[in-house]
Amino acid sequence: MRAILARRLMGEPRAGKTHSELKPTMSVRDQIYGEFARTAAEQEKVIHGALADETVLLDSGLDSLCFAIIVSRLEDELGVDPFTTSEDFYFPVTLGDFVSFYEAAVH
Amino acid sequence: MKPPCTSATCLRGALLACRPGPAAILHAANAAVPLAELARRGPLARHRDRLAGRTVILCATDQFAAALAMIGLDGLVRRMVLCPPDVSPEHLAHVADATGADALVFDGEPPMTPAGLERIAFDPLRLGDHPATVDQRATEWVMFTSGTSGVPKMVGHTLEGLTGAIPRPAAGGEPIVWGTFYDIRRYGGLQILLRAIVGGASMVLSRDGEPVGEFLERLGRCGTTHISGTPSHWRRALMSGRAQSMSPMVVRLSGEIADQAVLDALAAAWPDARIGHAYASTEAGVGFEVTDGLEGFPSRLIDEAMGAVEMKVVDGSLRIRSDRMARSYVGASEMALAEADGFVDTGDLVERRGQRWFFLGRRGGVINIGGLKVNPEEVEAVINRHPAVSVSLVRARRSPITGAIVVADVVVEAGGAPADDDALRQSILEHCRRDLPRFKAPAAIRIVPALEIGANGKAVRAHV
Repeated sequence: MRAILARRLMGEPRAGKTHSELKPTMSVRDQIYGEFARTAAEQEKVIHGALADETVLLDSGLDSLCFAIIVSRLEDELGVDPFTTSEDFYFPVTLGDFVSFYEAAVH
Repeated sequence: MKPPCTSATCLRGALLACRPGPAAILHAANAAVPLAELARRGPLARHRDRLAGRTVILCATDQFAAALAMIGLDGLVRRMVLCPPDVSPEHLAHVADATGADALVFDGEPPMTPAGLERIAFDPLRLGDHPATVDQRATEWVMFTSGTSGVPKMVGHTLEGLTGAIPRPAAGGEPIVWGTFYDIRRYGGLQILLRAIVGGASMVLSRDGEPVGEFLERLGRCGTTHISGTPSHWRRALMSGRAQSMSPMVVRLSGEIADQAVLDALAAAWPDARIGHAYASTEAGVGFEVTDGLEGFPSRLIDEAMGAVEMKVVDGSLRIRSDRMARSYVGASEMALAEADGFVDTGDLVERRGQRWFFLGRRGGVINIGGLKVNPEEVEAVINRHPAVSVSLVRARRSPITGAIVVADVVVEAGGAPADDDALRQSILEHCRRDLPRFKAPAAIRIVPALEIGANGKAVRAHV
């Protein structure tokens, strides 16, 4: 895991895994996508383009305060906060990273 | 490398004494100027006669203009009031009143100017010649605290106190290029600008609203070696995917509690960099820096009096005494900054576990959101004005992204509330967003039957 993260941090091209290959739990994914849309609407932020796993979080149109709100709501809904509990030295870059991060923590 | 010129009486004197080489540059997004030139030329040179001995408020449109104006004003004016970028026009009159200002120095569009202030405009791109002599006046630097209420709270510093924590760089070291995610019109950012100036080193300034990825790439292109920011700034940098655009030797965190997760993530991102978290505040000055990679700080920093800074813990909060503290609060309130024994109560609660102290948060429930402080009573007052609300309690909830977020428990007025909790929450949120800056509005609202009352008879404001 550390090596993959290091590569991501280095900004090298990511392996071409699609979301489906990561065997997602749809409900976690859907909840995350739902919270992004809901928080954007509440905070009056316009999401740039459509949300997709490739979306770079900081380019999505949401800011740090939005992400903080999303993470707190997901903790209430899913019972996990992988940012706090994860052993990995990891901050997700894309929405796909973010979803995988939660899926790993939920399972 | 030349030794830092901290003994100089003013910034221009420091630059003249340092003789920075041609490689020492002040970089902005759209402009760059050698530090050596700023010793001799500046945009306020032609206004020197009007400015000498005055108390001025500096309202600059960006950090580049602010930096040039600070260098021109230090040593020349009696008192320089540094307005942060977000100062509201209605507060300027209070600032002028509290500081005794008689002039407003600005670039760009003239701000709404309170009566009695002479307006002095400058263009940061039009430099005039300074005299060869160095100004000798000990200008007082007035800065806004990262305080909580709407009306700005200000403290006065001397250049000597502001530069007191700046170490002497090793002779013959590599050229240093400073960068910061802070704005230099606030204490954390000003510390970095001063390090560049008294060390004769380069500095990279961010542009207001610059996307973090673009700033990181610019920091990389400018060869940034030393960079500082809050833990929230750093988390944002790590999430941008472009952190590796730069390869700093020294990474510094301050302004918020640095947790182990962010320290570990930074160490993983730059394994060769020295990662340190510093304790500093606008009031108490620079306290200490911790570089062992662990959160909290070693107990020996308190047990053994270390150099220029003394610390103690009373009633659970950290107290600091040093000659880097602000001299006083500025303004009519005239609250005492330090207690009778000369220590400043930082309001930061700490707890000792073994040989280490850990930060718990702010006393009085003050919430620190990415370095911006929120007074819960201020938010409660707004919520309580909502017609359906009987009483509310605002507190911090820990956040791995911004350190904390604001959450509120609300008790509704008997018989006065809509049946639908979601609609009520939405209505209260809209009400808060109208009357409060975005970061102060609650991120979550819980409708509760009653507030929990603690043993002291007050509503319980503990962290969630």
